[in-house]
Amino acid sequence: MDNTHVWLTIAVMALVTAGLRFLPFLIWSGKRKTPALIERLGQVLPCAIMGMLVVFCLKDTRFGTPSGFVPALAGCAVVTVTYLWKRNTIFSVVAGTVCCMLLMQLVF
Amino acid sequence: MNKTIKTALRDTLAVLGGYMVLGFGFGILMHASGFHLLHTLLMSLFIYAGSMQFAAVGLMTGGASLLTAAVTTLMVNARHIFYGISMLEKYQHTGKAKPYLIFGLTDETYSLVCRETEMPDEEKKRYYRWVTALDHVYWVTGSLMGAAVGTMVQFNTEGIDFSLTALFLTVFLEQWLTKKDHAPALMGVLISSICLLIFGSEHFLIPAMLVIALLLCLYTGREAKERG
Repeated sequence: MDNTHVWLTIAVMALVTAGLRFLPFLIWSGKRKTPALIERLGQVLPCAIMGMLVVFCLKDTRFGTPSGFVPALAGCAVVTVTYLWKRNTIFSVVAGTVCCMLLMQLVF
Repeated sequence: MNKTIKTALRDTLAVLGGYMVLGFGFGILMHASGFHLLHTLLMSLFIYAGSMQFAAVGLMTGGASLLTAAVTTLMVNARHIFYGISMLEKYQHTGKAKPYLIFGLTDETYSLVCRETEMPDEEKKRYYRWVTALDHVYWVTGSLMGAAVGTMVQFNTEGIDFSLTALFLTVFLEQWLTKKDHAPALMGVLISSICLLIFGSEHFLIPAMLVIALLLCLYTGREAKERG
């Protein structure tokens, strides 16, 4: 591997990532008023994004064999049930992760 | 200890676990692929995007062109535009720290700062800064440790990356419980799932984002009209 090329690749990836994060703030900066449509979109987006992120995290779930979906879905079930019960983030994250890890490592 | 720092430390605990382990995995991968510790450090410091950094290892060892690197980054990280749009208001008056807060807007940091809080404005700003900086430190520390000592550790971590899925799910549930209108949350899940089925796991995110943005615009537009 050519070292200069590696550094350039890293720089490109850093710039594009930062560019994506900064873009909305550059377009709708303080001086120009944010359009009402974008403001409303910003208010409802968090809920939609979290749903999208959960699906994104589970995108590699495969239903062909039990090992492809049982650990992750069981983990999600544990998180959901414990969260509705205690409403404590850390508790649910730990419980769900331990469940998923045990299933992956010991059962499947 | 300052109350804000304490809250930030407590809230970022799940990220601490997830980032240390994922960062560790990234460091091991970098080391195994023959990269220098400095590469690992600068990538985690300046790219600071988990899934992209994993993809980057393959790109770099495969000798991908700069254009390929740019396009791949654009595809993998396009979702970050959404975070910016929904943080425009919250980050509006954050002063000097604003560029750093925007730079550090990862999935995990976003999932913590997008929540509604009862904090007074000044405290909120401090909270944003602490959460962003702590997450960044966890990620960099994890990757450096992985690159430095990764090969010496024998601990089966298979499945531990589920902690980040779990974190997003708890934020999703909390929003579900506190908001009356469930349509945006349902749209997020359903549209993403449908796009996943149609386009496959590699390519579904961008079409999903476009459809979600479009439908949410129509949805909120109709609502605004009804309210007159």
